[in-house]
Amino acid sequence: MTSHAVEGTHRPPRSVGDRVFPALVTAAGAVILVTLAGVALFLTYEGLPALTAKAADIPGADSFAAYVWPLLYGTLLASVLALLFAVPVSIGVALFISHFAPRRLASSLGYLVDLLAAVPSIIYGLWGIFFLAPRLVPLYDWLAGHLSWIPFFAGPASVTGRTILTAGFVLGVMVLPIMTSICREIFLQTPRLHEEAALALGATRWEMIRMTVFPYGRSGIVSGAMLALGRALGETIAVATILSVSNVVSLNLISSTNPGTIAANIALKFPEASGIEVNILIATGLVLFIVTFLVNFLARAIVGRRAEFSGAN
Amino acid sequence: MAKSIDVSDLDIYYGDFLAVEGVTIPIAARSVTAFIGPSGCGKSTFLRSLNRMHEVIPGARVEGKILIDGADLYDPDVDPVEVRRQIGMVFQRPNPFPTMSIAENVLAGMRLNSRKLKKTEASEIVESSLRRANLWNEVKDRLTKPGSSLSGGQQQRLCIARAIAVQPQVLLMDEPCSALDPISTTAIEDLIHELREDYTIVIVTHNMQQAARVSETTAFFNLAGVGRPGHLIEYGPTTKIFTTPENPATEAYISGRFG
Repeated sequence: MTSHAVEGTHRPPRSVGDRVFPALVTAAGAVILVTLAGVALFLTYEGLPALTAKAADIPGADSFAAYVWPLLYGTLLASVLALLFAVPVSIGVALFISHFAPRRLASSLGYLVDLLAAVPSIIYGLWGIFFLAPRLVPLYDWLAGHLSWIPFFAGPASVTGRTILTAGFVLGVMVLPIMTSICREIFLQTPRLHEEAALALGATRWEMIRMTVFPYGRSGIVSGAMLALGRALGETIAVATILSVSNVVSLNLISSTNPGTIAANIALKFPEASGIEVNILIATGLVLFIVTFLVNFLARAIVGRRAEFSGAN
Repeated sequence: MAKSIDVSDLDIYYGDFLAVEGVTIPIAARSVTAFIGPSGCGKSTFLRSLNRMHEVIPGARVEGKILIDGADLYDPDVDPVEVRRQIGMVFQRPNPFPTMSIAENVLAGMRLNSRKLKKTEASEIVESSLRRANLWNEVKDRLTKPGSSLSGGQQQRLCIARAIAVQPQVLLMDEPCSALDPISTTAIEDLIHELREDYTIVIVTHNMQQAARVSETTAFFNLAGVGRPGHLIEYGPTTKIFTTPENPATEAYISGRFG
């Protein structure tokens, strides 16, 4: 029995590289977990006092929930608007690059899209407030005049154009590059074999794309959208620049009274915050952290639901 | 339903590169014609020019004439999409659509042709196509499972079922058994025997025994060297090609002296 135990603990000889490399990559993986845990700990520890704060200490609201709700609503609204703009456009651009454009045009267009990602977000903010917002005012006037029966366009239209819709649109432009890149890569990976199967059955180019490229790329499209959503949820300075905030919960997308977003609110309020106010701001950050987590879990669930048919097997 | 094919003096290019030169061959309706020859000699390229599949590669084009029952395949008014609906193709590696169930795979071509398909009609087509492909008994209880859950041989028979579901006039097979085990290969060869009564079948194969087993006519392709275009060396009844070929290169190839 003893000899067995000895044999059991004896390890076959392994080269130095084979021992060092797994340790290195394991450490790299662990860094992610440690960082995430660190952020979560900080947010929880610093945010907890806000949950039990006296009503008098919370600016403009009776409770923390009442304080954070309009911000959370604004965050989600702006991000959803961003995705509504970005998803169709980026799928279109990615498809054009991967399946329609001549090769040379495709690669330069790909570079341009990637370049868009390198523009700092304050530039997008300035572009939004000085260029885009004034030019959207006539559109908002028209919407308020003709479609005011839809709650989204109830009006009165903002005269500056600094609305949640403008913010959502700018966010959409900002998340376009990452989503386009992911979609493009995934579309390019569609097996040639499947595309030819569709073409050989007499599919037109568009039918081939619907039969093979989209189903194959579905999980990639969802992951791309979720990464984009993650960026939109957390985007700070562009929103802080563009949006005129009055912390209301409203369906109206084109008025001058808009909900703020959590990240922008922290950036705007933090310089003048002290004591419990800092804890309150950090607690809103915790809420954003949790929401981002939930969104990602949801995305995983969507991707995993029909894994059997995903083409990965 | 089956149609004959007449190829005269066909050159096939990829960009400036002449891949296949001067092919002239008649292919009879309701027969099996096998293309044999060493790798790179242009058999597959030629096969793909018969349903205009080669032109999905940018820069690929042909010069010469292909007549399908007298109609010019490369007439400017002919829509390649329409051509491919009538000339089915089975590929070297089984390629069922992984996101579709077995039944949906069989119906994929039908759905392209006519959107509206009654439920009873659809299940009839699924059953008859799978029966013809000798796959029905193996899959009838799991038609809603993904096509990729089948074994390689079953997947290839599913692809054949998908190709014949639209009742094409010609069936092209590009080394359909090269990725399969001997048992699946036998199943597919039996299937080819049955299908030849209704279809014009053209099959590319590297397996000379297979060519001898399944085909009535055999065409031998060869190339003079790397970078040179492939040529059709000779064609004729399979028994003649395999016993008394006219060209010494053909004899050398079938007797295993090269290739």
